[in-house]
Amino acid sequence: MSDLDTFYATMRRQGITRRSFLKFCSLTATALGLSPDYIGKIAYAMETKPRTPVLWLHGLECTCCSESFIRSAHPLAKDVVLSMISLDYDDTLMAAAGHQAEASLEATIKKYYGNYILAVEGNPPLNEDGMFCITGGRPFVEKLKHAAAGAKAIIAWGSCASWGCVQAAKPNPTQATPIHKVILDKPVIKVPGCPPIAEVMTGVITYMLTFDRLPELDRQGRPKMFYSQRIHDKCYRRPHFDAGQYVESWDDENARKGYCLYKVGCKGPTTYNACSTVRWNDGVSFPIGSGHGCLGCSEDGFWDKGSFYDRVTDIHQFGIEANADTLGATAAGVAGVGIAVHAALSAIKRAQQTESNQE
Amino acid sequence: MEVDSETKFRFVQSVYVYEAPLRLWHWVNALCVVILTVTGYLIANPLHSTTGEASANYLMGYMRFAHFSAGYILAISFIGRIYWAFVGNHHSRQMFILPIFNKHWWEEVFFEMRWYLFLEKEPKKYIGHNPLAQLSMFFFVVLGSIFMIFTGFAMYSEGAGQGSWQDRLFGWVIPLFGQSQDVHTAHHLGMWVMVIFMMVHIYAAIREDIMSRQSLVSTMISGHRMFKDNRD
Ligand code: SF4
Repeated sequence: MSDLDTFYATMRRQGITRRSFLKFCSLTATALGLSPDYIGKIAYAMETKPRTPVLWLHGLECTCCSESFIRSAHPLAKDVVLSMISLDYDDTLMAAAGHQAEASLEATIKKYYGNYILAVEGNPPLNEDGMFCITGGRPFVEKLKHAAAGAKAIIAWGSCASWGCVQAAKPNPTQATPIHKVILDKPVIKVPGCPPIAEVMTGVITYMLTFDRLPELDRQGRPKMFYSQRIHDKCYRRPHFDAGQYVESWDDENARKGYCLYKVGCKGPTTYNACSTVRWNDGVSFPIGSGHGCLGCSEDGFWDKGSFYDRVTDIHQFGIEANADTLGATAAGVAGVGIAVHAALSAIKRAQQTESNQE
Repeated sequence: MEVDSETKFRFVQSVYVYEAPLRLWHWVNALCVVILTVTGYLIANPLHSTTGEASANYLMGYMRFAHFSAGYILAISFIGRIYWAFVGNHHSRQMFILPIFNKHWWEEVFFEMRWYLFLEKEPKKYIGHNPLAQLSMFFFVVLGSIFMIFTGFAMYSEGAGQGSWQDRLFGWVIPLFGQSQDVHTAHHLGMWVMVIFMMVHIYAAIREDIMSRQSLVSTMISGHRMFKDNRD
């Protein structure tokens, strides 16, 4: 595993024909949204470049990212794992366990120091010196820092690694902290989502391996090719949104007609992800396609943004259940009463004054 | 900026205060804010669903069109208003600069507060804004507009797309607030602040028009400040 063959050599050794290899290259180019002349470039890169070693660490997480990853259809996860990367360490997917596994982690770090990609699923809790997440006998945060020191780049898989996700939701007792706030000296590519879409994960990895550079990132460190648009921008229910046709309540006639889910709390208008284009499970469906609004799982702190079923969400800073409308309308009501009282007092005072002037 | 009430104007009955471009801005701005408030509220809380083919309806589309158009007009006229602060008369600058280091100005602010709390028998005369009004204009109109323009265009940039000029100028606002939903909430709260400002503003203008010693409402129409008496 550790001898770094080229991608192509490995694929050939597995009995993949050149024809299939070229098909794979064109599929990859398509998946990344590249023009056809990139097929040759990808093929050339795969014939000449050694496979990139990847370490995949698991911190405070639920493994939904791995579950998603192994279901990738374009490119097939088996192609990515077996042919494109040499996944030298992943305690969930690897055959070795216990001391053997930890030894392989150390060996990889040493051997490819400065050259491997570190993929992190989950995040380190920092409270109590990191004691809330122990892997291989020591706090995960130590393992993460150790592995990050020799990494070329870091991929933060999922909302946990990117933003903190559920374990960082208020009040965040373990002080779960996203990767970019712990590892400050390496580029961190955020691939948020709970979990991220399988094709997005393999797409990001494929891009990094074939072009040997980081994908272009947006302001918040997410690859632009998958996170530059909102669910709402490409949602197939968008015509109903623009027409003003909404599901008013669950299971009403409008829900049966497949109207827009805006009024029942869809977060598509504020969520950056590729669900409405790439979809899930080999393109079968995605939440809105199944009649439920988007939860906004790939957005920062989505657990703390009020109900999944409200459009105008609650503001927690006020310590009471209130959204911008209840708060604003109450304040406006108070102001209105204040104005009325003030006006009445002004009128009385004026009447008194004119009276006294006349006297 | 000195306090206007200090100036003697014993024999002056009317002063030309608000020049035409400023008055035009005021009313264009007022109209935009009303349109923005109504459509903004209805974008967050849409009307009951329309019926029929989606292609035969465009209610939310029109709401958003009206909102964006009014937003553009408001933003452009706000820039025009800033320009006018440079080239207009000295009253045109009053809203933008608070003389916070002037002790006398603060005394006048408190005098005005006492007047509104019925603790002063007689109001003073002011050619421009009274200091309390100046204070609220600065916070609600100047800072309020800037806040609404920045958060508004940041959300507009989400639709305009990455790399658009709206994104390049205002896109940074979204990570500043955390995420898009937070910007929506903040913009929505900002709307309510503007609603309350409008209520108080209209009430105070009408009340002053009646109870103070100078004209208020008609001044924003004709530009002339009339005084009701000849005393100081
Ligand atoms: S269902 Fe959600 S994402 Fe789709 S158009 Fe409606 S609000 Fe937008």
